[in-house]
Amino acid sequence: MAAVQDGGSEPEGEKEPQPELPSDGSSAPAATPASKPEEQQQQQQQTLLAVLQFLKRNKLIESVDALRREAGLADEPDEAPGSEAGGGVGGAAAGSADSADASALLSRVAGAAQSGAASAPCNISFSSIVLFIVLSVGGEDQPDVSVVLSAYSQQGDPSLYQVYYSGLKKFIESVLDCHRAELSQLFYPLFVHMYLELVYNNHESEAKAFFEKFSGDQECYYQDDLRVLSGLTKKEHMKGNETLLDFRTSKFVLRISRDSYQLLKRHLQERQNNQIWNIIQEHLYIDIFDGMPRSKSQIDSMSGSLAGEARREANKAKVFYGLLKEPEIEVPLDDEDEEAENEEGKPKKKKPKKDSMGSKSKKQDPNAPQQNRIPLPELKDSDKLDKIMYMKEATKRIRLGPETLPSICFYTFLNVYQGLTAVDFTDDSSLIAGGFADSTVRVWSVTPKKLRKVKSAADLSLIDKESDDVLERIMDEKTASESKILYGHSGPVYGVSFSPDRNYLLSSSEDGTVRLWSLQTFTCLVAYKGHNYPVWDTQFSPYGYYFVSGGHDRVARLWATDHYQPLRMFAGHLGDITCTRFHPNSNYVATGSADRTIRLWDVLNGHCVRVFTGHKGPIHSLAFSPNGKYLASGSTDGRVLLWDLGHGLMIGELKGHTDTVYALKFSRDGEILASGSMDNTVRLWDAFKAFDDVETDDFTAATGHIHLPDNSQELLLGTYLTKATPVIHLHFTRRNLLLAAGSYNSQ
Amino acid sequence: MCMRYEEFPAKMTETREERRFAEVPRESIKLMAESAGVELGDDVAAMLAEDVCYRLREATQNSSQFMRHAKRRKLTVEDFNRALRWSNTETICGYGAQDALPFRPLKEGELFFVEDREVNLVELALATNIPKGCAETMVRVHVSYLDGKGNLEPQGTVPSAVQSLSDDLLKYYQQITRAILGEDPHLMKVALLDLQSNSKIAALLPYFVYVISGVKSVSHDLDQLNRLLHMVKSLVQNPYLYLGSYVRSLVSSVMYCILEPLAASINPLNDHWTLRDYAALLLSHIFWTHGDLVSGLYHQILLSLQKVLSDPVRPLCSHYGAVVGLHALGWKAVERVLYPHLPAYWANLQAVLDDYSVSNAQVKADGHKVYGAILVAVERLLKMKAVSLSASAEGGAAALQGSVGGMMGFRESSPGLSPPPEPLSEPPLGIASHLQAGGAGCQWEEWTPVSLPDMYCELYSFFGDSLAVRFSTGPALGGAPSATPIQSSDTRKEPGSGAANLESTRKMPQLTANMNISPRQDGSPRTEPAPPSLATAPGRSLARSSSSSSSSVPRSRSSSSRPGRSASQSRDIFPKARFPPPQVGPPAFSFLIGGRQMGRRCQGRRFQTSFTPTPSLTSLPPRAYAHKLPVIGRVSKPVRRWTCSHYSLYLPL
Repeated sequence: MAAVQDGGSEPEGEKEPQPELPSDGSSAPAATPASKPEEQQQQQQQTLLAVLQFLKRNKLIESVDALRREAGLADEPDEAPGSEAGGGVGGAAAGSADSADASALLSRVAGAAQSGAASAPCNISFSSIVLFIVLSVGGEDQPDVSVVLSAYSQQGDPSLYQVYYSGLKKFIESVLDCHRAELSQLFYPLFVHMYLELVYNNHESEAKAFFEKFSGDQECYYQDDLRVLSGLTKKEHMKGNETLLDFRTSKFVLRISRDSYQLLKRHLQERQNNQIWNIIQEHLYIDIFDGMPRSKSQIDSMSGSLAGEARREANKAKVFYGLLKEPEIEVPLDDEDEEAENEEGKPKKKKPKKDSMGSKSKKQDPNAPQQNRIPLPELKDSDKLDKIMYMKEATKRIRLGPETLPSICFYTFLNVYQGLTAVDFTDDSSLIAGGFADSTVRVWSVTPKKLRKVKSAADLSLIDKESDDVLERIMDEKTASESKILYGHSGPVYGVSFSPDRNYLLSSSEDGTVRLWSLQTFTCLVAYKGHNYPVWDTQFSPYGYYFVSGGHDRVARLWATDHYQPLRMFAGHLGDITCTRFHPNSNYVATGSADRTIRLWDVLNGHCVRVFTGHKGPIHSLAFSPNGKYLASGSTDGRVLLWDLGHGLMIGELKGHTDTVYALKFSRDGEILASGSMDNTVRLWDAFKAFDDVETDDFTAATGHIHLPDNSQELLLGTYLTKATPVIHLHFTRRNLLLAAGSYNSQ
Repeated sequence: MCMRYEEFPAKMTETREERRFAEVPRESIKLMAESAGVELGDDVAAMLAEDVCYRLREATQNSSQFMRHAKRRKLTVEDFNRALRWSNTETICGYGAQDALPFRPLKEGELFFVEDREVNLVELALATNIPKGCAETMVRVHVSYLDGKGNLEPQGTVPSAVQSLSDDLLKYYQQITRAILGEDPHLMKVALLDLQSNSKIAALLPYFVYVISGVKSVSHDLDQLNRLLHMVKSLVQNPYLYLGSYVRSLVSSVMYCILEPLAASINPLNDHWTLRDYAALLLSHIFWTHGDLVSGLYHQILLSLQKVLSDPVRPLCSHYGAVVGLHALGWKAVERVLYPHLPAYWANLQAVLDDYSVSNAQVKADGHKVYGAILVAVERLLKMKAVSLSASAEGGAAALQGSVGGMMGFRESSPGLSPPPEPLSEPPLGIASHLQAGGAGCQWEEWTPVSLPDMYCELYSFFGDSLAVRFSTGPALGGAPSATPIQSSDTRKEPGSGAANLESTRKMPQLTANMNISPRQDGSPRTEPAPPSLATAPGRSLARSSSSSSSSVPRSRSSSSRPGRSASQSRDIFPKARFPPPQVGPPAFSFLIGGRQMGRRCQGRRFQTSFTPTPSLTSLPPRAYAHKLPVIGRVSKPVRRWTCSHYSLYLPL
């Protein structure tokens, strides 16, 4: 099941590896390609010439011809950065007008290089040059599989790999403690790349031996990836293996302090350990920082993702995490209350309170985006009514805290032979929707009010449209029932989401579509096609109209309900997008992925503004705090991590669950975080304390190196067991009653 | 690549421990190829085998994410098929099933296969047990945790129609019995509530009845007895249970608690009286709700109660039980059993009460209990009889049975009674007649109705004024046209007025007199008269008011945890009184107890006046009295209030 790489790779091609160290003086990454194009051009010319010479010497005439042809073609006006490479040789080559595109050419070059490598297995310099050429152009927008893999054609003596690796291991073990932890980060990526090189070059037995000897040294949280690797022993298998592609298409990012890096560099240069040095050059991205080396626990808390840690500059963009100004709505219904309360003589207290709230909302949050940063739908009258209801309910809300924990109501789905895969509640907790593995979506009313369809068109024409209760009259009383079933999908429904106005329901399914259902007629309105692969999750924007979806194709898409094509595509994850959530201000979208990272995307321009690493397993749940400042995420490893969006920092780790965390929800005030898991428990955490305890001084904010207190036990306010029901959804009612949902499974 | 591996049981061998992967050996590949008519060389087979293994692992890994997104722990065939489909491979893994397929090993050779039995379609088609359709998918909600505390209800129970004694039921039984007999009162309450409302425990009934019959083995433990009685109550109240012949067993357990000289009663500190009262109530409840299930139950009960009562060897607590039992069964039972037996019994009781020796103190206290119980019972008898008479008189028609009229009167006058209305009529007389054969010359069998005045006179000779004061209705009936009630009220009045004179001759225990606010303590009716017209709420029919007052007696009994208040409280109450007597001497006493009593049954008290109105007081505006009424009722007021109520106490009398 090869996934399409919808531009999923980062534009690495422009920053081709340079023969020198990526950064000599500054902590900034490699200089931009624009700064020294001429230098590069020269280098490339020279290398190309060297290749030609080599090929001639080895009587590989066809290859020479091919190379010349391609180089000559590439000589035409600059289309791609890599075409500069052909500049020098252009004249020599026959100017045959080939219409093949750059990447296709390159794959042919790669093929030629392979054959060359096969005939002269020990010539390192040659293959590394070929590799260089390939890489310099290859990382474009179309990372062809063979191109990617051919990066491994470089090889030394396979029997020496173990020596190299153990030599480095010995060195790292011998350095000072403070550096050891940092340098130990090198083990895993080096191990993987060396193993893959061996496999790629058909040294199966050496690869197996290498794996057996060193796989035990790797951090336990890489076990899943190692399992995939261990099955991979043949070059043929490398094609089409997603994990491998992920590894290749992105550089593994390590964060190492300058001192440690210098130590490593010196060691490798002394030993002339080119093999390892080359891998570091080509496959790793070392993010060097000035300052204290990090401790083991600091490193562990941030690592674990498929591609290493996030680069520091990835989290530098400004995020407007504040909430949008609430529209001012008169609360006419309050008058009634007031009159009623006047008799008791206590309404006066309330009135000024209201006013102060009103004035507060008038003030613009300095961290909030501009009100019209993205266009939002106008409020309808019914929305205003709902807002009023919300405010009235909010006054009756229980203020939660460690002393006053919420009551929990559990909605158990019974007789779910087909399997319950997704649940959602409306904001006012009046409806509950379930997505099932038998492709159905079912909607229940949890209030005495039954679900009714709108009458048929013929009946509707008979209605007096001027009457006051026309909205009531259009409903067909005969169709009233407690639940409705929506048929339309052709695969398990993995995500459901109600629109904020309760008129629509979204469902995403394995069949690759997202469907929009009307809750007035209980029919399907639109099927949004675009993902082509299973869509794991979808969610409506808190303001309606927009929604986001993400799935197996590793791309999250932003849609508007009235467009059949997506408005934005958020590409960058290296694994399936497993969950998607809208920020409360609707300007950002968070996606959790099977590559064990979380990304925050700007809806306005589609940029990725945050990358959070630290989870050790696929992320299956996300929740924004009601004030928009924080994000909580839960993964298959049972841990819940807390993130500060403004600073781009991990600020908390909640350990306790023993299985996948499928549901996360903040209470309405944000005081309590509830998490529901496969281990049949709901846990309540003191979110207020968790956010309060973190001290973020300038240094930690600048470097992102944070000391996480291990205080999960203090933050855990309660663990609540179900009998045999995994908790797959949580919802706080407007009055802060906690609703949980799951399907009872007798087995 | 496409291979139908499930048709060829793959020979899986764990090659190397450290690999932890199942591998398809090349022999299997060769076999499959042969079956497809292809000859494979060793090297090809080896290559294929390795590739197959890899592809299988890859597909498995891919399928696991379908499992994760379906929020399951178990990988299903569907997941695997999906993974294959998305990698553009023919789905070949068959169909999924809810249950895990049994994977069997073959002993000869390391062969494993999925069991695939042949299904006999004919048999299936002709089968009579048509499989039921799947139940509707539904959502059920329950409050699992209130304020983040405690599991109120076990979550996720599935309704089942199974009534055989399944493991679940057995577990339920264990949990319930443990909870009821255990230490945690909260748990007990929950268990009892469930027992009362659970519709699925019919199969467990014999077990519970058996547990309850264990009362005999725990007669030393009042607490356990109480719990078992509560269990009886829950079972009886469960609307889904058909008790059938188990009623007999339950009744005998309850009777045991009422009548037996329990080991717990040896210690005077144990309040076995309450237990007996409760059991008696329960008995009547069982009888009135389930009495029809066992024929002759009523008379058997009466017989055994009478036997105990007439047995002088039995301890007083047993007698007490018999009296309260009779009382709970209704005034007819009292009239038939207790009343005729009273003269004989009175002599014994009198002897006990007259013995002032120290060694007798305990027995005497018990005697007071019995005395009080009898007093309450006969008062009720008199009242109800009067009501029934007046009702029948009102009905006028000769055809109308007094009992029927009484029933009606009772019904309309006691709307607030929660237990099923206690009919004034006997249970079917047929039962009585068939029981007469077995009866051993008991008094009540040759019982002939005694007229009310006669009865009153006789009772008055035993109880004197204490009876007169507690007994109401006179004036209420005065309005009725019937002659008898008037006569009765007259007769009542006379002894009432003569009470002061008779006082000295009566061997009336002082305490009891206090308790009952006897004229001697609280002033004679003449000195503190209250006009009956005031007592009666305007707009209410006289007959009604009188009957409601009478019904208040059983109500107060049923509602109070210690109905045997009359005599015994001399023991219990006095030391516990928190308020120091404001004055010295008996009046203080009367004040205290009076207040308490008023608090408990003030509603009844305000009509308890049977004395002729004094003209001077008639002028008292009704309002003035009416607005004092709430004061009487308040119990939890500060001491200052008590003085008020002290004063008000005198009003009705």
